[in-house]
Parts: sequence; C-alpha cells; structure tokens
Amino acid sequence: MDIHEYQAKKILSDFGVKIPTGGIVYSPENAENKAREIGGSKWVVKAQVHSGARGKAGGIIICNSPLEVADATDKLLGKKLITNQTGPEGKIINRIYIEEATDIKHELYLGLVFDRSSESIMVVASTEGGMSVEEISKEKPETIIRSKIEVAVGIQQFQAREIAFGLGIESKLISRAANTIIGCYKAFSELDATMVEVNPLVVSHQDEILALDCKMSFDNNAMFRRDEIAELRDKTQENSNEVYASDRGMNYVSLDGNIGNIINGAGLAMASMDMIKLAGGEPANFLDVGGGATPEKIVKAFKLISMDTKVKVILVNIFAGINRCDWVAEGIVQALSKIEIKHPLVIRLAGTNVEKGNEILKKSNINYIEASTLEDAANKAVKALG
Amino acid sequence: MSIIIHKNTKILVQGFTGKIGSFHAEEMIKYGSNVVGGVTPGKGGMTHLNLPVFNTVKEAVDETGASTSILFVPPAFAADSAMEAADAGIKTCVAITDGIPSHDMVKIKRYMRRYPKDKKMGLVGPNCAGIISPGKSMLGIMPGHIYKEGKIGIVSRSGTLGYEAAQQLKDLEIGVSTSVGIGGDPINGSSFRDIIEKFENDDETIAVLMIGEIGGPQEVEAGQFAKENMSKPVIAYIAGLTAPKGRVMGHAGAIVSAYGESAIEKVELLKECGVTISKNPSVMGETIKKVLVENNLN
Repeated sequence: MDIHEYQAKKILSDFGVKIPTGGIVYSPENAENKAREIGGSKWVVKAQVHSGARGKAGGIIICNSPLEVADATDKLLGKKLITNQTGPEGKIINRIYIEEATDIKHELYLGLVFDRSSESIMVVASTEGGMSVEEISKEKPETIIRSKIEVAVGIQQFQAREIAFGLGIESKLISRAANTIIGCYKAFSELDATMVEVNPLVVSHQDEILALDCKMSFDNNAMFRRDEIAELRDKTQENSNEVYASDRGMNYVSLDGNIGNIINGAGLAMASMDMIKLAGGEPANFLDVGGGATPEKIVKAFKLISMDTKVKVILVNIFAGINRCDWVAEGIVQALSKIEIKHPLVIRLAGTNVEKGNEILKKSNINYIEASTLEDAANKAVKALG
Repeated sequence: MSIIIHKNTKILVQGFTGKIGSFHAEEMIKYGSNVVGGVTPGKGGMTHLNLPVFNTVKEAVDETGASTSILFVPPAFAADSAMEAADAGIKTCVAITDGIPSHDMVKIKRYMRRYPKDKKMGLVGPNCAGIISPGKSMLGIMPGHIYKEGKIGIVSRSGTLGYEAAQQLKDLEIGVSTSVGIGGDPINGSSFRDIIEKFENDDETIAVLMIGEIGGPQEVEAGQFAKENMSKPVIAYIAGLTAPKGRVMGHAGAIVSAYGESAIEKVELLKECGVTISKNPSVMGETIKKVLVENNLN
C-alpha cells in the first residue's frame, strides 16, 4: 500500500526527521491562507498523487506570493496528473501540499528496502539526489552506498555515521545526518514498511538536513496490526476496478489489452497471460480468484471482468486440485445464470474430474468455446477476437 | 529416495483443529502420510481425527517423536508457531499460511540462525502448496492423485503451476520423485537453490524442473549454483513475461523491482547458466521429455 508524500513526511517527522514546514489544503483560499501561515517569501505547491516524477509532469510549482500559491493550487486541484509512472490515464489531484521553499546546498538520495538476497533491511544512499535510483545505478553507480542492517539489533550509530560520511557530509552535521538515517530506519522497521525513499534528502544553506520528498509503501499483509497506516489509504489513487477487487479479496491488476482473464492461482494466471501474448493477443487483466475457485468467487470474478470496458473476449482457466472440475463447472453455470456476458467466452478446465466438468458445461445452455490445454485456450481466445 | 519427506516421516499439524488444518490433515492421512498428531494451544489432551492434540510443539515432539510439521496457523500467529517448531527440534516445517508480514519472515529466519547447523530447522514456504513425494508421503495441500511416482524433481513458487507441470508429466507417463512448493512470498524459508541442491544429492532424482516467476533473485542464484555444482539437467519455466514493472502480481513476491527480476531477464540469465528453458507453460512436460531423451535418461 502506498501513501501520499505529506503523510510519509508526517511519519518521518514523528521519528525525528526534519521536514520543511508545510500543510495540506483542499482549495485555493485554503492555500493562500496556508502560505501566509507558513510565512517566508517563497513556497512550493505540490500535487499529492501516488507517483514519482511529479515535477517533470507539472505537478510541482514554485511560487513567490500567497496569490501565486492560490493560482497554482487552482490550476492543479481536480486535474489528472500524467507522469511517466501513472500511465496515460493519470491520477486525480484531490489534495495539495504547500511547503516553504528550501535553500538547497546539496541533494542526496536515501532509500530503505528489504534485500531479498540477504533477508535483511538495506539502506541505499547516494550523493546524486533528485535522480531516480534506477538512473543513479545506470549513470553514477560508483556513488551508491549500500549498508545491510541486522534486523535483530537494528541500525547502529556507527552504521548511520558511515553512510553519512560516505555521502560527504560536513563533520559538524554528521550526527544530524546519522539521526535522520536512524529515524528513517525506525519508521521502516516499526511500521511494517516495505519501502522508504527520501529523494531528495537535502542539506540546506542554513545547515539543516531535510527530507524534501518522501515515498513510503507498506506491507498489505501487515495491515491487520497497522490501523494507523491502513487509514491513510487513498482509494482515489487506485484503479477503480482494482479497488473493487481488493475489497472483495481478489488479486486483480488492470492491464492494457482486451482479453479478460479469470484464473485460479497467481502463477497460473501469469502463465496464462504469457500464453495470450505468445498467441498474439494482449491480456486485459491479471486475476487470481484463489485456490478455492468457489461458485461465489466465480460470480464475483465475472462481475469484475464485465466492468472492464476494454474486454472483448473472456478466458477462464481453472486447474482444479482439491476442488473438482465438476464443482467449478457448476459454479460457472450458476454465475452465468446471474450475469449476462456479451463477449465470446473460452473455458479451459484441468485437473480433478475434468471430463465431468466439461460435460456439465456442454449440457448447460452456456455459449462458450471449450479448450483443452493452456496453449489451446490462448489460441482460441485470440482467434475469438476476430 | 525422495527428498525431505519419505514413507515414514512423522508429521505434526500446527493449527490442527481449525477448519483448514482439519481438512488438509484428513487429505494427507488419506494419501498415506504418517500424521502422528497436532498442536492447538489450549486444546491439549483432546483427540482429533483419532489423533492426539497437544498444547505445545515441544510436548508433541516428546510424545510422538515427530520430525516434521505443517503449519495452517493464521498470519498473525504464524511467525510465533514457526519459531516454536524451530525451538522444539522440528527438522522441517512447511508453512502453508498465506499473508505472513515480511517483517515477521525476516524475524523467523533470524531466529532460526541461533541453532547450530545439525539442529537447525528447515522452513519451506510460507504461502506454498507444500511437499509431496508421490506414493510415499504428502505434506501439503496439493491434489495427490495428479502426481505419478517417478524421477523428476519439481520445485515451484506457484502452487497451481506446479500442479500443471505434474499433470503434463503424468500425461506423458513421466513421474515425480518429490515436488516442493517454496511459495510466492518475497522472503521465504527455502530458496530454489536450497531445494535443487537436495535434488542433486538425491539418488532417485534424474532431472529437475524449476518453475519460477518475476521478482527476486532466487531463480538466477539457483541457476548459478546449477552451473557450478550440478550434474543433473535443470529445466526451467519463468512466468510473468507480460507482467508490468513495479506491480505485485498476486504473490507478494511477484514484483519486478530491479535488474534481473523480469521474466525475460531471468530467462536470459538462466540460459547463460546452461539451464534448458521451457518456452511456454504448456510445454513444461514436453521440454523435460526432450531433455531426458537427449541425456539418455529415459
């Protein structure tokens, strides 16, 4: 789960990381007042959307008066921001963050992630802040500092100091920088985060160390014990079909193609999408209805797929293990008696009682195309596109 | 021999009396697995499925001599149960539970390191289908009947893709020595490398099928291990060719976040390691058959 910049900064600030003074606003009047309240002579108006690269997309505007702040807010609010990470549909701007401008001396990069190889928490830092970490690893890999943290004891002062010295921070600011790094680590480890990225982390001309931008992601599996994080979720930043699916316990990812998929198991779902691509088609979605594939789940899945206007053909691929093909077939028949499907439907069943399952489908009045293997199913789905 | 579980392996079920634990324990018993009891804290002394229930894993191990456990405990309590198994002297624990937080997994793995190598538990999963040595024992939630007894080792992150492979092999009259599901989570108990090393050392296994997917470094690490240490052929399929970068594809661990983690990159890196690639998921069985013929192993 992702959260907004202003929410992430509030969290970091609670862990002792310094952030520029700022506040969230929902209207231009609000914004003007907020700018006066913050004071100073220069402000930054920042569109709050779940995406990086907002600056290049026009989502961050520097202003020299409270009136300009109001104008900039007016310009952004309610618009969709299209960045190189949001896809062509963009993301709606419903909240604006107003911040005092910072007098930047150096821009640094600081990130924390799980390192899947060493199964520890990894701090990644670089002197090349402002660039994405992918760009840094491509263009300035020599500037990257990596430090593995032993989770049982957590980050130590010396480790944070080593990183700070590695970033070339002046001696008098070392302990401030180290505390910033430790604060980020604590936020990561105490709140079930999967990513904390401060980019840029800046050293100001006033010798302050500030988190200027921050992205945080959290482990969906840990939300049962993180009410305070779960309530930060902003569903307006997610694809509406994905929200519908996740609220009903389905794993769904919206994609650009036109062949809708209903599959049990994440691996089989990915494999079916691959087969569609190899057959010359494009999947409209990833959907794992889970190992059970009960009639209720199949009904929900058909409803979800029919909400997607891109879909021209539906492919159902179920490998029945513990549950049996005849049960799955009955579920499909039941589902299709409740919803009308206008598009061609390809069904491939495999596993336990496959003959019985196919017989049930044949005897029903469902209009469908039967497929035997993964490959056969994908070929028939692509052919059905016409 | 098969790997990890054999005909007489004594099995405990953690989360024994719950709905899911009961259902799969029964399936395992029907298959012929040697389930000797279960653990549900607070229900010790009861009898369930004609088997004893214990309050603690330690007690269960002392009474039954079990060496292996399977875990159906809900996510919030799963880490605690896995550590309890490690402390009680369980040698292999298979965690079926889906949804254990990553921070908990890191903690479990760190905890397991406190035991010397000969006393250290092997964890398989979580979020996996478990292990089956066809005709001998089933320690998982897979449909046992789709596995034919034989000589191919299967290791897979995905459950259903593992079933798909077993079915394709069975249709070609090729059997399986052991199939291991290592699960779809980003931090897991056993890696591909851990399992293929066991297959290399197993007399019965003649070739290994590795079913991977996008995300993480484990497929490529296993490929490098195979290149340097394995005499047996390794065949691989990697799912997720069409998966967009930065999105989680169902499995918490199926996300491309660095170089070498996409399906195309993994396939290229595995080829460099001498691994034979099944070009699509429909031909995993045929690809193995071809490799067996080429190596005079059929």
